[in-house]
Amino acid sequence: MTFEEIRKQAIAEWQALQNSQKPRIFVGTGTCGRAAGALTLLDVARRELAKRNIEAIITTVGCIGLCYAEPLVDIVKPGRPRICYGSVTLEMLPQLIENYIVNDNPCPDLALGTIGEETVPGIPKLFDLPMLKPQVRISLRNCGHIDPTDIKQYIANDGYTGFAKALSMTPEAVIEEIKKSGLRGRGGAGFATGQKWEFCRRAPGDVKYLICNADEGDPGAFMNRALLEGDPHAVLEGMLIGAYAIGTIQGYIYCRAEKPLAIERLEIALEQMKQYGLVGENILGSGFSFHLEIRRGAGAFVCGEETALMVSIEGKRGMPRPRPPFPAQSGLWGKPTNINNVDTWGNVSAIMQRGADWYSQYGTATSKGTKTFALAGKVARTGLIEVPLGIRLGDIIDGIGGGMVSGKSFKAVQTGGPSGGCLPANMLDLPVDYESLTKAGSIMGSGGMVVTDEDTCMVDMACFFISFCQEESCGKCVPCRVGTRQMLTILERITRGEGKAGDIEQLERLAQLVRSTALCGLGQTAPNPVLTTIRYFRNEYEAHINEKRCPALSCQALIAYYILPDKCEGCMICRRNCPAEAIAGDRRLIHVINQEKCIKCGTCLDMCPKRFSAVVKVSGVKIDVPSEPVPVTSTKAKTSKAGSVES
Amino acid sequence: MRERLMPVLAPYRGQRGALIPVLQKVQGELGYLPEEAISEIANFLGLTRNEIYGVASFYAQFRFERQGEYMVKVCQGTACHVKGSHRILEEVQDELGITSGQTTEDSRFSLERVACVGCCALAPVMLVDSVVHAKMTVAEAKKILDSFGKAS
Repeated sequence: MTFEEIRKQAIAEWQALQNSQKPRIFVGTGTCGRAAGALTLLDVARRELAKRNIEAIITTVGCIGLCYAEPLVDIVKPGRPRICYGSVTLEMLPQLIENYIVNDNPCPDLALGTIGEETVPGIPKLFDLPMLKPQVRISLRNCGHIDPTDIKQYIANDGYTGFAKALSMTPEAVIEEIKKSGLRGRGGAGFATGQKWEFCRRAPGDVKYLICNADEGDPGAFMNRALLEGDPHAVLEGMLIGAYAIGTIQGYIYCRAEKPLAIERLEIALEQMKQYGLVGENILGSGFSFHLEIRRGAGAFVCGEETALMVSIEGKRGMPRPRPPFPAQSGLWGKPTNINNVDTWGNVSAIMQRGADWYSQYGTATSKGTKTFALAGKVARTGLIEVPLGIRLGDIIDGIGGGMVSGKSFKAVQTGGPSGGCLPANMLDLPVDYESLTKAGSIMGSGGMVVTDEDTCMVDMACFFISFCQEESCGKCVPCRVGTRQMLTILERITRGEGKAGDIEQLERLAQLVRSTALCGLGQTAPNPVLTTIRYFRNEYEAHINEKRCPALSCQALIAYYILPDKCEGCMICRRNCPAEAIAGDRRLIHVINQEKCIKCGTCLDMCPKRFSAVVKVSGVKIDVPSEPVPVTSTKAKTSKAGSVES
Repeated sequence: MRERLMPVLAPYRGQRGALIPVLQKVQGELGYLPEEAISEIANFLGLTRNEIYGVASFYAQFRFERQGEYMVKVCQGTACHVKGSHRILEEVQDELGITSGQTTEDSRFSLERVACVGCCALAPVMLVDSVVHAKMTVAEAKKILDSFGKAS
């Protein structure tokens, strides 16, 4: 079959599916959906439909990105728009089937929105929701829309037309098209993709390699996982285009073993490509051949670094080496190699499908197109998003994310994972593009965005990231191996309340040293979280060091719990629940926490009835409490004003 | 051991570069990498045991000791961290009476803290084998362990 024939068939099948006279049910079964119970919902859907003798088509789809509302179930009735329901419970699903599929009541109060042109009274359009409206979905174009295990659904939605178009062009013209689109590497560093391809194409040698870096290991990032789970062919088509443009016959996808569903979906996709002659020898009869293999990462964060990743594919310890030579000259097994991130490949296929001019209408002058971000942490609406570059940071956090979940105040957003930085509230006007983020001391990174509120301590945050980098340091170069360890020692000391004058300056010196002398990106960027937290939250460091106080009431060694004598009614609830048996008291006797015994778990604060609110968490504050239980009276607690208190 | 591993090793004859996939396949078969298995791989690929340990010990995925019946992983990624994952870890450690990296005496549970499983939007999470449990609380974590018949 020629590609045109395959495409015709795929479109016919897709149309038939859209015009089906049977109701259709879509269940989001990405890792997020599964964690929220999507697989059980699938069973319930099948059971409930069978019980009512309803013939329906059930499709499992990838993540549409509204992770906060998982699990998501969409229902389409013939001739009606698709309705998306969020936070679907096991009780809710039979109700939806009965009310909507059987009785034609779409339950607008349970619906998130409709997908498609037509609307249903009382239900907004899904893509008009504040979380989705500012988004432009290019890389994620098919996620949540098509069945990722069916290549024909991808083909029916313009899939592989970008590759077919590339085959009709010269490799040089394909590279020109990618250059014209302005696409920059989505793995973090932002190097111009077309130029990178050109280096590799021009490098002398017959054998060249192509790699997809799917070793997404940044804690707090899941864009690549979601794309591979929801639309693996978008990435694979991008790789075919790259292979043709550069002239490589062998490619590898290096995927983190901790993302098993992504690997499973890739394996299925690769098998289907073989079936349709889209990979292997003489692809689509063009004379162009390309072989593709999946390699599972074995759990080393440093293997996300390109030179480490390549030696890992060679079967060695994943340790980076100095560059130059760059992979384009000497990469895998010493041969010219081109390596790009999952998201970059997902953009490449879209660019070739719709053209560089269309793509470059999005974004800024130097940062073209869109970028996917994993929005997590303390925002109300967490999820996977794709926005045009240049968008205001605040529009992501307040607009798309819906502000803080707790009603507390926003403190910082961490972009770029352990290689990035924490940006404070006064940076919310910052445009999200490569240059602006770098100037602010952070990086674009692969796209993790973890939002923190006033309860998060910034010194602890820096400590968390440095401890991560220190554990993941491969140990090859001294600045990273020893430097991250030294920074960690100082940061731990500060969070324990043992910080000394000069610690901040020492940290800054070390950070600059590691940044400028470490061998690879892991070490060079490891100091970023430390430097940005010092730059924007120096007062928090000073409070820890000078006043032995943690303003966020987070560092265990610097906080204490007290029971306010004027509020305690002696109800015994905290005493009974204290796991350390650190609370003394009896009925109608004011309870007292033994500070020596207290493990600072916060159970007493959580358990104390709201109407009393007698337990407080403090840092750097002295609270006068009786030394042992006394009868409940109107004793008044005295607190100094300087400290931090939460009740 | 040789008989058991041969079908796993056979497709990789002569491919020293495939050491990592080989180790993954062998661990998949045996659950961990015992000394005899390392020797078999060394013979098969023409590498020294030293070289194989050098590679295997570099990667977090490889284990040299048998793991428990259930593998409990508590995510300590960034999103989980800011949502209080240390309290989940402490609870699981207390409940199982082991620390991260250990296996209970009755060989029923192994515990690991992991960096990130990519379920950040539903943080904090923990896994029992490959099933992800979302939006954990201390009470919920205890309930899940109990449902697996935690040894008391």
